[in-house]
Amino acid sequence: MGLRIEKPGLLTTVQDTGRLGHQKEGVLVSGAMDAMALRMGNLLVGNHENSASLEMTLLGPTITFTQSHLISITGADLSPKINGEAIPLWRPVLVKAGAILTFGTPIQGTRSYLNIAGGLKVEPVLGSASTYLKAGFGGWQGKVLQAGIELDCNELSTHMFPFVKSLENGLGKEAFYATSWRPSPDLLPAYEPNPIIRAVRGPEYDWFSLESKDTFWQTSFQLTAASDRMGYQLEGEKLELQKVLEMLSTAVTFGTVQVPSSGNPIVLMADHQTTGGYPRIAQVITADYSKLAQVVPGRQIQFQEVTLEEAQFLYLKQEQNLERLKQTLSLKFTT
Amino acid sequence: MPKSAHLDTSHIQLFPLGDSALVVQFGEVIDVSIHEQVRAFAEYVEVHPFYGFVEQVPAYTTVTVYYNPWLSSLKGKVNPYETVVVWVQEALAKMTSASKKTGKVVKEIPVCYSSEFGPDLKFVAENSGLSEAEVIALHTAPEYLVYMMGFAPGFPYLGGLNLSLATPRKATPRPTIPAGSVGIAGEQTGVYPMQTPGGWQLIGRTPLALFKVHRETPSLLQMGDTVKFVPIRPEEFYQLQTEHHGS
Repeated sequence: MGLRIEKPGLLTTVQDTGRLGHQKEGVLVSGAMDAMALRMGNLLVGNHENSASLEMTLLGPTITFTQSHLISITGADLSPKINGEAIPLWRPVLVKAGAILTFGTPIQGTRSYLNIAGGLKVEPVLGSASTYLKAGFGGWQGKVLQAGIELDCNELSTHMFPFVKSLENGLGKEAFYATSWRPSPDLLPAYEPNPIIRAVRGPEYDWFSLESKDTFWQTSFQLTAASDRMGYQLEGEKLELQKVLEMLSTAVTFGTVQVPSSGNPIVLMADHQTTGGYPRIAQVITADYSKLAQVVPGRQIQFQEVTLEEAQFLYLKQEQNLERLKQTLSLKFTT
Repeated sequence: MPKSAHLDTSHIQLFPLGDSALVVQFGEVIDVSIHEQVRAFAEYVEVHPFYGFVEQVPAYTTVTVYYNPWLSSLKGKVNPYETVVVWVQEALAKMTSASKKTGKVVKEIPVCYSSEFGPDLKFVAENSGLSEAEVIALHTAPEYLVYMMGFAPGFPYLGGLNLSLATPRKATPRPTIPAGSVGIAGEQTGVYPMQTPGGWQLIGRTPLALFKVHRETPSLLQMGDTVKFVPIRPEEFYQLQTEHHGS
């Protein structure tokens, strides 16, 4: 055993980096909304970056660790505590068997990740542990976690034994022990409450009126309460097409900004449908997915245009940072 | 049917969908010959994936190729998009001589057409000025082509509806439509693989599971399949449902 869910929280699901290779059959990618937080969180506990973690939304769950675990909490700051004492984010933390993890007031962001050394043990479906709620498969029985259930964890991999041993020495009588170090802040996603989200032009950008193109880049949009893992519903000045053109259904992806006839943009997120038929005014760059994933409903987003070259440069820089983190951690874990 | 797919690549457009996907567009209208090019390219990239290839999603006139820029750029050494563009151009050039098409597979979909399983059968008949029997006859006559899969798991976009059956969507969508429902929306016809809300006019229901995640091939239909609807009686519906869904 590993974890017992005492209270499920608002929306707690098992996720990894997503279910790839089946969109051609209409199967959504799903996966973590803030995949970078999940990937870094897994690296911090010595896992493969794609291991299964818990995604917790705004109001976190209450969880009892039924055995001792090395964990990390990454992503949004939802005030995590162990046995009532605040624990730091973005660090490896050793918790004792019987320790109880709770969450309090959301301080920053929407989605937090609980990553456990070894990873959560769930049966992969079509190659992924991610929960796909609408079709009811993946993760824990295809559902949100419920009170009373227990989740297994895979065993700690042997390369982590010496590191865990060293943390045990620091543990003493406390319920948990966190490392004194954490990744350099410039490696972590830069969350903001009302972020500027960079995007490139979408394939149907030129279908929009000149005025609407300006509006899109120069005004801000509010994230409405109807937003979910499938898409962010934005509200602002209405966007209009130059003329109504018939569009054939075609593939869409995470960060695609569609504009239905209402004129209010929708940004597709982790549980987006595989194909769509609304004009695509823009496409959020991958390097800003984390920032986007953490916006709280009611807050504002402002889009900023970048070129494809800039978008790819930022993507590669982010992956280079992750490589740097991997190298640093491999030194920490072997000494 | 399998004509030698001599690909004229001059009309094919390539453009990015963000920083991790490339769209290969073969045309602008729903058309069988464009569909065959889409299908040939989709099959080619699956069989000969490039370094950094993630997946591909075929649609009516496009194949969207998803790639991992970190890998396709050889960890930042070359331009990731340009590298994929060059690969796609070479693949398209090679495909001009490749023309191995297998014979078509006709998949029969048994459908119980009735007011019980298709609450809008009467409306579709009235709207078309036909009897219900004529609607069923016209709907079961053609072999429909699966142009693409998408939106939801196992959902086929079918082409070939007899235009006299074209019916506008319902003004207000139903909150839940049972899995297997066969419907008409404008000039489209299709089958809902799972229970969802929806505005299509429902004329019947199939007992087959269009998508079963633990089946060897989860999706019953694939792009390029040919589908024929076969009318069945309610008794057959229940019998097949038991057999197909297991218990």
